[in-house]
Amino acid sequence: MNLSKKANANSAASGLSLDRARDAWADAPGWARWSVYLLLVIGALLLPNQTIGSFMAPSSTDWASMLSDQIAIYVLLALGLNVVVGMAGLLDLGYVAFYAVGGYTIAIFASKHGWSFWETLVLAIVFSALAGVILGAPTLRLRGDYLAIVTLGFGEIVRVTAQNSSYVNGPRGIQGIPHPPTLSEFEIMGVQPLKYGLLDSRPYYYLLLFFIILTIIFVKRLDRSRVGRAWAAIREDEDAAELMGVPTFKFKLAAFAIGAAIGGSGGVVFAGKQTSINPDNFTFLVSALILAGVVLGGSGNIPGVMLGAFVVAWLPERFRFMQDYRMLIFGAALVLMMIFRPEGLWPSRRRKAELAEGTGGMGSMGAEVAGPGQAAAAGEVGK
Amino acid sequence: MLDDFINQFWPSTVDGLSLGAIYALVALGYTMVYGVLRLINFAHADVFMIGTFAALWTVRSMGVDQVGGFALIGVVVVMAVVAGAVAGGSAMLLEVTAYRPLRKRGASRLAALISAIGASIFIQQLFGTVIIRHVFGTSKSGGKLPVNEHFRKLKTVIDIGPIHVSNDKLIVFVGAVLMMIALDQFVNRTKLGRGIRSTAQDPETAVLMGVNIDRVVQTTFLIGGIMAGVAAALYIVRIEQTDYFVGFLLGIKAFTAAVLGGIGNIRGALAGGFVLGLLETYGSSFFGSGWRDVVAFSLLILVLMFRPTGIFGESLQQARA
Repeated sequence: MNLSKKANANSAASGLSLDRARDAWADAPGWARWSVYLLLVIGALLLPNQTIGSFMAPSSTDWASMLSDQIAIYVLLALGLNVVVGMAGLLDLGYVAFYAVGGYTIAIFASKHGWSFWETLVLAIVFSALAGVILGAPTLRLRGDYLAIVTLGFGEIVRVTAQNSSYVNGPRGIQGIPHPPTLSEFEIMGVQPLKYGLLDSRPYYYLLLFFIILTIIFVKRLDRSRVGRAWAAIREDEDAAELMGVPTFKFKLAAFAIGAAIGGSGGVVFAGKQTSINPDNFTFLVSALILAGVVLGGSGNIPGVMLGAFVVAWLPERFRFMQDYRMLIFGAALVLMMIFRPEGLWPSRRRKAELAEGTGGMGSMGAEVAGPGQAAAAGEVGK
Repeated sequence: MLDDFINQFWPSTVDGLSLGAIYALVALGYTMVYGVLRLINFAHADVFMIGTFAALWTVRSMGVDQVGGFALIGVVVVMAVVAGAVAGGSAMLLEVTAYRPLRKRGASRLAALISAIGASIFIQQLFGTVIIRHVFGTSKSGGKLPVNEHFRKLKTVIDIGPIHVSNDKLIVFVGAVLMMIALDQFVNRTKLGRGIRSTAQDPETAVLMGVNIDRVVQTTFLIGGIMAGVAAALYIVRIEQTDYFVGFLLGIKAFTAAVLGGIGNIRGALAGGFVLGLLETYGSSFFGSGWRDVVAFSLLILVLMFRPTGIFGESLQQARA
């Protein structure tokens, strides 16, 4: 994504110099920041370019469809899951359920009832937010890992229900979902960015990019608002937050609904691009990979989460030439990356501080007592 | 619906108990690791899967030529020993490679969870691409590995009152219960078991009292692995085939069972396994087999709504009472 430049800078300048870069960024005047944002957006717009693609994608794969089918979708979903996991600190292992609700909403209403793409988009966002509330209302009183297994169960319930319902054709799924209607035929640099056809993947990438930018703005504003502060309080210490007068249940439900709505919008674009969906598109592995993207990138930090989702979506595709072994290597890579950067590739500063204290937001593992030598290790992580 | 349910009541009960026994054994691994480390060991399902391959390999290379019920017991014991050893070893290896480095760095539980998911993907793919091909000599497509024909001849039907039970289901049930009793005695009676309980209760104090945490964690993984291995042998006896992804769904169910009983609680995991196995089988005879998983997970959500920490509540040390 548009992060690749920043990511390189990140890996080049590690440790303290990264902090210096962050200070500089925080002190930078408004115009400087806006010009960086503008550059990033232009970079993202130019990303489907074949020159970049020849390096990023294996030769047999179309880079633009890799971007739209895998990478951009994962980045959008990771941004949505980040609201739940990174900001509110609720572990959701069944995020794919909301993605599925979005996908099936457009499949049913567009292909069976003839609604247009944009109408179903709105409907799907409402439905998936509702699904978030329906799942959240009875279960959000649960703590930590109980919530994790319940959300995992919910994800499986949605998938198995789709598999068993003849209304949505069971395991065969729904075909013939219409593409989004073409908005305009205008052409720029050889692309028709608003013409959603069968052959060119780039318009879908631009559509997703539009969603991603909207989501970033929305989530960033939320994070800086009263809602974001409430989430931070809940994440750090739920009991304390409740005692200080934060209506924790209400804010947790809001996090679920907002995360779900973002996931649902991802499902709509996915279904509109693929024109067919079936329950196998929505397995637990998708939830696991998106969560891996969030944690790998640096839970709670928006650029980090996008970087993580990019890595998780891109790595297995890039190494497709290794065929069967690519997932094997990917699994090992996940373990190694977590061992060497347990706080994520690009953590937020606050999270890093939490990690140094040994609580890490989601709490640390048990049986982890600072014996001799371990205190030094903790100090190392905290630098 | 109701007629099916009534007609199928006794067969369902037998099926449910033998299925629940396997769930319970696998759930033990989840609940013990959770009790000690507060970690959902996602790769435990794949330790189970490794066990099924070990058991299958054993039964294939044994060349059974006897017929009849009692020979099965001997075969199952050999399978369980091999599978338990292989799975226990794998679980310890898993702990050393995927969790210990994170633990030493004081990583968050979320990071450990992702490491677990990565390890799970790795093990599955290792079996799907390498082991099946090079050890068992089958290609990945249609990679279901069945047992040999001789093994099937060992199964007979026994009548207990009005109920017909096939001997393999009986062996699964009895074998699982024996393992559970052994584990319960180990955790409650031995010095190492006391170490495990004290670590679960309060790791810091346990260290001050001279408990070697690393050894406790290793033992916990070893025991969980052995239990999963025995469960895998029993699974092969019942299902007669395996594949590299069999661990996934069974693992989720077993974890569900552990949560149902109250995670971290050993006896709770046992009860949760049997409750889940029974209700799932009843549910599938009531609603149709396609809805089996929906019944299981809906049950989980329902129970947790009313008992937010499982049926018996949390914590390993309470299991002592």
